[in-house]
Amino acid sequence: MGDVLFTSAIDGLLIGVIYGLAAMGLTLIFGVMDVINLAHGPLIALGMFGVYLLFTFLGLNPFLAVAIVAVIGLLLGVVIYFIAVNRVIDAPPLSSLLSTFSVNMIIIGIGTAMLSTSSYNVDYSMGTMDLGFFRAPGARIAASLVALLTTALLYIFLYRTRPGKYIRAVANNRISAELMGIPSTRILALAFGVGVMLATVAGGLIATILPINILAGGSYELKSFVIVVLGGLGNPLGALLGGLILGLIEGIVPVFMKTTWVPVIEYVLFVLILLVRPQGILGAKE
Amino acid sequence: MKRLFKPGLLIPIAIIIVLAIWPLLSGNSASSREAMFTLIMSMALASSLNIILGYTGYVSFGHIVFFGIGGYAGFWAITVLGWHILPAALLGGLIAALIAWLLGLAVLRLRGAYFALATIGILEAMKALVVNLDFLGGPVGMEMHFSEYKRYGGPMQSLWMIYWSMVILAIIVVVVSYFIKTSKFGLGLMAIREDEDAAEVMGVITPRAKTWAYVLSAVFPGIIGVLFFFKNGNIEPGDAFRLHFSIEWIVMIMLGGAGTVLGPIFGGGVYQWLRKTLLTSPLFKNYQLVVAGVMLLLIVLFVPTGVIGWLRARSAKLRRIFE
Amino acid sequence: MKILEIKHVTKRFGGLTAVNNVTFDLEEGEILGLIGPNGAGKTTLFNCINGVYKPTEGQVIFKGQDITGLPTYKSAHIGLSRTHQIVRPLNELTVLENAMVGACYGRENMKLSDARKTAMEMLAFVGMEERFDVLAGTLNVAQKKRLEMARALSAKPYLLLLDEVLAGLNTAEVTHMLDTIRKIREQGVTIIMIEHIMHAVMSLSDRLIVLNYGSLIAEGSPEEVSQNPEVIEAYLGDPDLAARLLEEDKA
Repeated sequence: MGDVLFTSAIDGLLIGVIYGLAAMGLTLIFGVMDVINLAHGPLIALGMFGVYLLFTFLGLNPFLAVAIVAVIGLLLGVVIYFIAVNRVIDAPPLSSLLSTFSVNMIIIGIGTAMLSTSSYNVDYSMGTMDLGFFRAPGARIAASLVALLTTALLYIFLYRTRPGKYIRAVANNRISAELMGIPSTRILALAFGVGVMLATVAGGLIATILPINILAGGSYELKSFVIVVLGGLGNPLGALLGGLILGLIEGIVPVFMKTTWVPVIEYVLFVLILLVRPQGILGAKE
Repeated sequence: MKRLFKPGLLIPIAIIIVLAIWPLLSGNSASSREAMFTLIMSMALASSLNIILGYTGYVSFGHIVFFGIGGYAGFWAITVLGWHILPAALLGGLIAALIAWLLGLAVLRLRGAYFALATIGILEAMKALVVNLDFLGGPVGMEMHFSEYKRYGGPMQSLWMIYWSMVILAIIVVVVSYFIKTSKFGLGLMAIREDEDAAEVMGVITPRAKTWAYVLSAVFPGIIGVLFFFKNGNIEPGDAFRLHFSIEWIVMIMLGGAGTVLGPIFGGGVYQWLRKTLLTSPLFKNYQLVVAGVMLLLIVLFVPTGVIGWLRARSAKLRRIFE
Repeated sequence: MKILEIKHVTKRFGGLTAVNNVTFDLEEGEILGLIGPNGAGKTTLFNCINGVYKPTEGQVIFKGQDITGLPTYKSAHIGLSRTHQIVRPLNELTVLENAMVGACYGRENMKLSDARKTAMEMLAFVGMEERFDVLAGTLNVAQKKRLEMARALSAKPYLLLLDEVLAGLNTAEVTHMLDTIRKIREQGVTIIMIEHIMHAVMSLSDRLIVLNYGSLIAEGSPEEVSQNPEVIEAYLGDPDLAARLLEEDKA
């Protein structure tokens, strides 16, 4: 029992890091511009298929493919910002919810027409890593490490570089940031791009370890909501913690009850936290 | 009673009645009845959601949860308890209203995006819960035996009975929507939508008004859920709690104009007509969702008040014609 | 007869004391001017009176009834109305509908038809009757201030809290608004007004109270208060300059 519990917990934490990375994209965008990006799931799915296509047709190493997908994700995010978000940035929340949801419909529509909804697989193995007390597929461990590395890079970007500091300034107070001469529209576009990049990277990493389909992003989007609320809306580090918690729940709960109870627990927790502590565990942005 | 004979109420009712009798006039009545059922049902659902979303300004994203809850309650009453469809439909509405009341006490304290997220959470929690409830059939749901229809004179009669029930219900929804809009209660709701704190300072008992709006917007989807799944013959969690479906209602509302009586009727009609046209067009068949997405985006970006809202903003005269 | 008694009201936000142990009474029919530098806690005090905030300590008694921390809608129902420093029109509703909200949900809890009549009267009273059918969001600032006033009056309040209704108005608009406020008082409504335009508040008020850093530092007739060195210092930091300005203001 102890062994099973331990292994399940580690399994959960490994996937939890990736959940956390996906959620970071959502929470960064919310934190900076108060927009809940409802195209998050399809963007995760695009990341999945980006890696799948680069791997299958160009024979690229999946982790190299993730890096390329990241760049594409960044650019795509900037484009989406200018098309769908910029005009409604100061409108009531319904507007940005619907405009990002329309992006969701467009991506899913094109994706379904081209790829159908059937399942695809990145056929890639890195063997099994055996640490004596714990065994896991090598790709799974590698994916988690890449997710951690991306998180670290995000922090360096946000805290050590000028554009990153600008993003934090705009998140803190857009009007005073503008008064200080920060070009807020460009910074918002950049922040949206980074948020989308994180979603696509998370999707790409998921593709290296699990089967994918165009609709698969949806469930990760919902998980991201749960995580983001757990960790505090707008708080990227909170998202990592939330991801780990969600991963642990998914790892451990099935040891005690049917797997189908996992989402019930997740979503009830989600609503309860919204009600009782909407600022999340670590606290939301001011 | 003067309020009954205003264009604001008569126009939407006339639209529904004309659509409703269409299957009687056209030759191929079974297929046009099905098309009109979908159309009128959409109008009624969008109008119900409009009470909390359009009048009160609370974006209930996962509003389909009440359709699903009502549907399950009614379906269970019919198949397990052997109830007649009509009391079962009322039961569905009642349960949906009761749950909306309980949920509303808690989640209506949240504002803006937080409320929208919470409604998605509630929907997903409910779906996941129903999957685990064996007495409701778990993940595969419940089926209704074909012989159930005998009680109403056979499948054909049952379908027509459901159809006319739907039409009557849609008219009731419009009347309720109109009376809310033109009442003191509705004025309070719209004040909440515009500025909740200011409304409260002016004396609107906001917690009570919001809860009532939420309950009223939940009761009709609850009833409609029962009619829909009875007609379907089966119910399963994926159909009863499909997030996309309730977002379609929002699109319909936005298309016509949130916070207007006619908007959801107009928007529901146009949306379903467009959808049908796209589904049958060889060019767009596969890209239906893309076209709908582009359409939604254009509305949100350029005509956020919707068609009827846009007309109403033109002049006071138009505001007296279109409620 | 006392309409309002503020007893030792304190409001703290974390470590910040926005209102510090403030006590004063208000007689029925009076116009009380509430002045003080920016950030002195004037609006916070209003918020404590009508229930937007629950005071950390102290009591608010309205017509003999303890209303400390009651929800704002309850204070509206018993006859306490207010306007906001930053106007809060219900943008997508018409001017008439805005005023009707006040009438419907105010002290008299009117039916829609009565509310329409009262709202029209009050719009006429503030000189806005011609614009009754336009959307409130399309008004200019001066009109929005009048609308706030009409909305508050439609509730038929006993006590009206006016939060800087003159700010942002030009000279002609200020004169017009001052007339309106005088007329409101003639109808027997008691008024507390927060105001920065000194000559206005001096000419209208029967009595002034002065807040500085959340504390009440002076109370009395406009003449008494304007001579008070502590008040002058609070306002300008420089008593000589202040005295000179006041002289000019009188002339």
